[in-house]
Amino acid sequence: MNADIKADAILDCVGLYCPMPIIQTTEHIAGLEAGQVLEVVADDKGIVTDMPAWCKGTGHEYLGMQQQGGEYHVFVRKKHG
Amino acid sequence: MAEIVKPAKEKAALVVFSGELDKALAAFNIATTAAAMGMDVTMFFTFWGLNIIKKNEGQLQSSGWMEKMLNWMNRGGSKRLPMSKFHMFGLGTGMMKALMRKRRMPSLDEMIQTAHKLGVHMIACNTSLGLMNLTEEALIPEVEGVAGAATFVGIAQESKISLFI
Repeated sequence: MNADIKADAILDCVGLYCPMPIIQTTEHIAGLEAGQVLEVVADDKGIVTDMPAWCKGTGHEYLGMQQQGGEYHVFVRKKHG
Repeated sequence: MAEIVKPAKEKAALVVFSGELDKALAAFNIATTAAAMGMDVTMFFTFWGLNIIKKNEGQLQSSGWMEKMLNWMNRGGSKRLPMSKFHMFGLGTGMMKALMRKRRMPSLDEMIQTAHKLGVHMIACNTSLGLMNLTEEALIPEVEGVAGAATFVGIAQESKISLFI
C-alpha cells in the first residue's frame, strides 16, 4: 500500500478480539465524511482477513495494511452515499 | 429530480433454539457482525433460546402448577445461562466469564445491547411463550415482538444466510 496515506481518524482496537474491531469500525466510520480515511489499529490477527471482507460487504474501500510488530494498522476509506 | 433508490439490504435469519451462554455468544457474534456488514438481521428465539431474552430481574409470572414449576426450574435471563460444557454448578461458567473479562471480551448483555444498537431484529416465538405460559412482559424490552414459524420462514426465504443455533 501507499506508505504516505494519511488517516483522518484513528481507532484503537488493541486488546480486542473478533468481532469487536469490526463492530467498532462500523460505529466509528458512521462519524466520518465520505472519502475520509479511518486507520484501525488491532492486535487480533483476524483483522487481516476480516477487514477486507467487511469492506467487500459494506462497499467501503480497503486501502491496505501495515504490520508494525504485533500490531496491524488497517486503512479504510469511507464510501460515498 | 430523480429519486435515489437505495439497494435493498441483504438479509440474515437466525433461529436461536439453545439457551446456553456459549451458544448465545456465538449467535450474537454472528448477528452483530452480519449487521455491521450491512445486513438486515433477524434473530428468532424459540424454546430454550427464550432464556437468553428473559428479564434478569423479578419473578416469572405464570399460572398452573406445572408451568410454575417449569419457570422456577428454567428461570433464564442472560446472567443465569449455563455453558453447554463445564458448567459444573456454575463454577466453570463463572471462570469462563472471568476469563472473558480478563481478555476484555464483551459480556452477553453487552452483545445484546450492541445487536440492538445495530438494528438487529429480535423476535420471540409465540408458541414457546404459550407453552411456558409466559407473556412478552417476561422479556427484555429490546425484543420487538412475538411471531410464528411462518414469519421466520418468510424471512429465511429472502435471506442469504439462515442459521439454527
